[in-house]
Amino acid sequence: MIPGAFDYDAPTTLDEAVALLAELGEEARPLAGGHSLIPMMKLRLAPLEHLVDLRRIDSLKGIRAEGGALVIGAMTTQAELLASDLITGHCPIIQETAALIADPQVRSLGTLGGNVANGDPANDMPALMQCLDAGYVLAGPGGSREVKARDFYESAFFTKRADGEILTAVRVPIPPAGHGYAYEKLKRKIGDYATAAAAVVVTLAGGSCKTAAIALTNLGETPLYAAEASAALVGTPLDKAAVERAVALAEGITAPASDGRGPADYRTKMAGVMLRRALQRALARAAG
Amino acid sequence: MSDAAMTVEEREANLKGIGCSRKRTEDARFIQGKGNYVDDLKLPGMLFGDFVRSPYGHARIKSIDASAALALPGVKAVLTAADLKPLNLHYMPTLAGDVQAVLAEDKVLFQNQEVAFVIAEDRYIAADAAELVEVDYEALPVLVDPFRSMDPDAPVLREDLAGKTEGAHGARRHHNHIFTWDVGDKEATDQAFAQAEVTIKELITYPRVHPAPMETCACVASMDKIRGELTVYGTFQAPHVVRTVASLLSTIPEHKIHVIAPDIGGGFGNKVGVYPGYVCSIVASIVLGVPVKWVEDRMENLSATAFARDYHMTAELAATRDGRITAIRAHVLADHGAFDACADPSKWPAGFFNICTGSYDVPTAYVAVDGVYTNKAPGGVAYRCSFRVTEAAYMIERAVDILAKKLAMDPVELRLKNFIQPHQFPYQSALGWEYDSGDYPTAMKKAMEATSYAALRAEQQERRAAFARGETRELMGIGVAFFTEIVGAGPTRNCDILGVGMFDSCEIRIHPTGAAIARLGTKSQGQAHETTYAQILATEIGIPADDIMIEEGNTDTAPYGLGTYGSRSTPVAGAAAARVGRKIRDKARKIAAHLLEVGEDDLEFEVDRFKVKGLPERQKNMKEIAWAAYNNVPEGLELGLEAVDYYDPPNMTYPFGAYICVVDIDADTGVTKVRRFYALDDCGTRINPMVIEGQVHGGLTEAFAIAMGQEIRYDEGGNVMGASFMDYFVPTAVETPVWETDHTVTPSPHHPIGAKGVGESPNVGGVPAFSNAVNDAFAHLDITHIQMPHDHWRTWKVCEKLGLVG
Amino acid sequence: MAKTQITLALNGRQVEALVEPRTLLIHFLREQMLLTGAHIGCETSHCGACTVDMDGKSVKSCTVFAVQAEGAQIATVEGLAAPDGTLHALQEGFAEMHGLQCGFCTPGMLMRAQRLLQENPDPSEAEIRMGISGNLCRCTGYQNIVKAIRYAADKMNAAQKEAAE
Repeated sequence: MIPGAFDYDAPTTLDEAVALLAELGEEARPLAGGHSLIPMMKLRLAPLEHLVDLRRIDSLKGIRAEGGALVIGAMTTQAELLASDLITGHCPIIQETAALIADPQVRSLGTLGGNVANGDPANDMPALMQCLDAGYVLAGPGGSREVKARDFYESAFFTKRADGEILTAVRVPIPPAGHGYAYEKLKRKIGDYATAAAAVVVTLAGGSCKTAAIALTNLGETPLYAAEASAALVGTPLDKAAVERAVALAEGITAPASDGRGPADYRTKMAGVMLRRALQRALARAAG
Repeated sequence: MSDAAMTVEEREANLKGIGCSRKRTEDARFIQGKGNYVDDLKLPGMLFGDFVRSPYGHARIKSIDASAALALPGVKAVLTAADLKPLNLHYMPTLAGDVQAVLAEDKVLFQNQEVAFVIAEDRYIAADAAELVEVDYEALPVLVDPFRSMDPDAPVLREDLAGKTEGAHGARRHHNHIFTWDVGDKEATDQAFAQAEVTIKELITYPRVHPAPMETCACVASMDKIRGELTVYGTFQAPHVVRTVASLLSTIPEHKIHVIAPDIGGGFGNKVGVYPGYVCSIVASIVLGVPVKWVEDRMENLSATAFARDYHMTAELAATRDGRITAIRAHVLADHGAFDACADPSKWPAGFFNICTGSYDVPTAYVAVDGVYTNKAPGGVAYRCSFRVTEAAYMIERAVDILAKKLAMDPVELRLKNFIQPHQFPYQSALGWEYDSGDYPTAMKKAMEATSYAALRAEQQERRAAFARGETRELMGIGVAFFTEIVGAGPTRNCDILGVGMFDSCEIRIHPTGAAIARLGTKSQGQAHETTYAQILATEIGIPADDIMIEEGNTDTAPYGLGTYGSRSTPVAGAAAARVGRKIRDKARKIAAHLLEVGEDDLEFEVDRFKVKGLPERQKNMKEIAWAAYNNVPEGLELGLEAVDYYDPPNMTYPFGAYICVVDIDADTGVTKVRRFYALDDCGTRINPMVIEGQVHGGLTEAFAIAMGQEIRYDEGGNVMGASFMDYFVPTAVETPVWETDHTVTPSPHHPIGAKGVGESPNVGGVPAFSNAVNDAFAHLDITHIQMPHDHWRTWKVCEKLGLVG
Repeated sequence: MAKTQITLALNGRQVEALVEPRTLLIHFLREQMLLTGAHIGCETSHCGACTVDMDGKSVKSCTVFAVQAEGAQIATVEGLAAPDGTLHALQEGFAEMHGLQCGFCTPGMLMRAQRLLQENPDPSEAEIRMGISGNLCRCTGYQNIVKAIRYAADKMNAAQKEAAE
């Protein structure tokens, strides 16, 4: 498994990187941690002629709280997410999810930006970002724009990111204090993608559900934000009936592939099981 | 401490001989990154070969155009079948008496079959060039299901066998038929079934899996045209056989071929056979006159070299109502893929599958195996087991559980009722084997006590009731397996590989200072031979293991042997080591008698020295004797202290064990958690308990992987699915259970030190233990057998079918 | 293909070399630097046989281009023992606890364990198992590897305690 030949640049500023990608067009790809892209290149499934390595661009790193949101630089690794006190304090579901991605070595280099930008529906962070209603900051030759995670994914490996654009940061609205959360992932083993996974964030008021967000991983061509299922929970005490209604609605939007993880019907049912379990844990964690 | 001041016990400990958990001598290089594996070799001028492989499962090759590849700078040659045919090397013989295409000539018969071999300056250029070779294919109908192989209208796979009605193992009755092999008394068995009070019949499938050692297969071939000598470094579990085959194929005289197996990164049967990559590297080196390296990548490894199992076993048991098994009948459909490259001794096309009467005293049995071709990779190797023994053990151990369910008996009770009893050994089985020794009831009872078996069953009753009441979503399963293996192939009267008897060998040379080098015909792939053979020699000779260097794998220096697989190293080469030691001791006794000026009969041996009977202060230790061997030997005796032994075992050895596994299955997801696994092994005399325990841990882990997830699957189009470590289940430390090990010791009566071999027992016994545990979780419900692998979705489907899903 | 110059620190030694951009770090280490301790097992970043330490992190060198290591500090198993040849506590632990058999996964396992003990000097069994979950072994069943790492942790912690006293 040997990648094809390519040219390589490692610019030190975002402007340089954007200019390079614009100039090189669709033959060029930005390189973040490389743990999705490099295996594809080795299998010669990702033909490209030029890699623009983003690792030397300082502005793509770091995590900060700003205007009610966490702004996470795209080149932040999963390991850095796991080590961040800011994230522990404001949005621990990111850590719960990151810990379930691949293995320690992959988390050393794998980045949040790469995980969400490459459009692989098997990646865990895209559904989580949909659940959290995060926005992706994209820098291109014409300047910067923000696309909501819930709008970003078009089909497998196709996203709203244009050739020549770089995802520079992920802006995660900080969930209210006391929110309940959980990411439940069923997988065959460490290092595998999800057979099915569900991300849940809920807030409670007076014993009933005030807000709810549900998103699902690896159950279709894109990550799936379960809008109807989420809405169905609001105003309920998150009792069995409400949960089962949400589960049915969530299962209804899945369209998983049949693969070694199981046939489609199984994976759909597992979406439901993961959602039930995530809701149960989220409820237990929620205050109010 | 001076020698004289040491007690007998201290001197014995100093030897680090048999029974001692000696630390491994191999480890120093491996922990410092100084192992020497094939891909670590870098010879001057070395080129790198890579394959062009078929994307089709079955297709005609219309044309191959290598011009673009040859035009790429750094590409030296592209070999196709057209280049090999004039050398008569486009096909090679297999161990099973068939031939296998080295490079496909007219047709490809499985996906990823080797079509062309590109040789370039480095592996990057070779990979680029392989992509540039244009092959024009015409797709043909694909045959994937072995049950359809012998349909009248099944596609013809092997056109090269057209008109060949006689195969290596008898008549062929269909163009996709390889052999039919049967054993036992059919008439008596049929009669026993006709009269039986109770019978069971079940199709028990052992899926296609792959040994997948961490190191893939690789070789470096280096032809010295001036000397006319070929050196081949490779991942060879049986280097001497590789040399013989290379000589027969290349017509280079055998003494001018140097086959060297350096450190091997695990084998598990994957590295027994000869692969097209070896042949192509050798041809390329002969043609180009420089060394050529070939290293498989992981996808090639999983999809093209040496699968295992793919046995579809219809098992029947006949029994009395009170649980005496009266007969076994089995029919096996064996999917051998596109070429019969099964690694078995020549006369055994289904290996030792007739060990399938297991640990039970069964009066009569009959077994028939049909081997067939399909559009899948060739192979059929023994993945961490003796030939087809894990298939046999899996079949009988599942069948016994199925019978227990039908009789409403506890599976242990049924086993205890049918065990071969200690006084029956040596035991003649209905299918022709002579079991050497065993004490099955003692082992089974020890396992029951260690796991509080009765309490486990009581807990299971409570848990089932709780499940019925909706208080838990978990199902508890208890898996019992009691296996008997047949290993240590084998007696040359009935075991050979391509005509070479399956003896093994040891040669030792003791130097004047009392340090020694010993060489054997086997080849460790992680089994600690360098450590444990030295222990055997230390005890037998009386020189410390630390003073004995063990070498294997270099066919120029090591005596001929048949290699390491089928747990044969300890039973065969280990026996040769013990006998070599005894030859040395015999000579040493003569020298000692001469030095002490007494008769040989006046001497007694004690640990590391000879003493004069009645005058114990008059003694000569082995170090003194070794020195004398080079300057002062009795008249008529040769100088020097060397010995060699070629050991032809009188019988196989029959290790056995009792395994108990407890699982909890999540009915909502199908996830099975192994709560506990207890393994009692009896491998006869224990040479190094630490190494044995390590072997058991590893074998159980491989059994866990097989039972719970491994599968090389093909879709209907003949596409091999999931040939990477993302999909092929190799558990990490997180999934892997914690293992409890235990043992009894029943020495083999015919082995010089009573040892039986252990490396494969845990795989053979482990697979049925896991599978029985999963099946047992549902034993109170309406289902008799669940096929492996017991991965999440398959188990969930069972729950769904039984209405257990919430 | 045009080559790029890279400079990096390898086991504490400055190294300059020319590499193709597509040269994988594992091939650079094994074939250009002749450090064959790290191995290639799966090539898809699942097995961890190629694990080395890069800037204080464990990485799978089969999924890193050598150019990405420009300016980095790389440590391999060959640099694990002390310069005087004294074995690292982990190397000792693996030999004492029978934590290896064929030895192929061992260098990657050692390098991962070395980093794990930096991150967590006193790991529980579950933490060790999770910590080495990116490294596959087909021989040992991991049980003795876990013991070997625990052995090293105990030895290193005792040495540290002694030094502090």
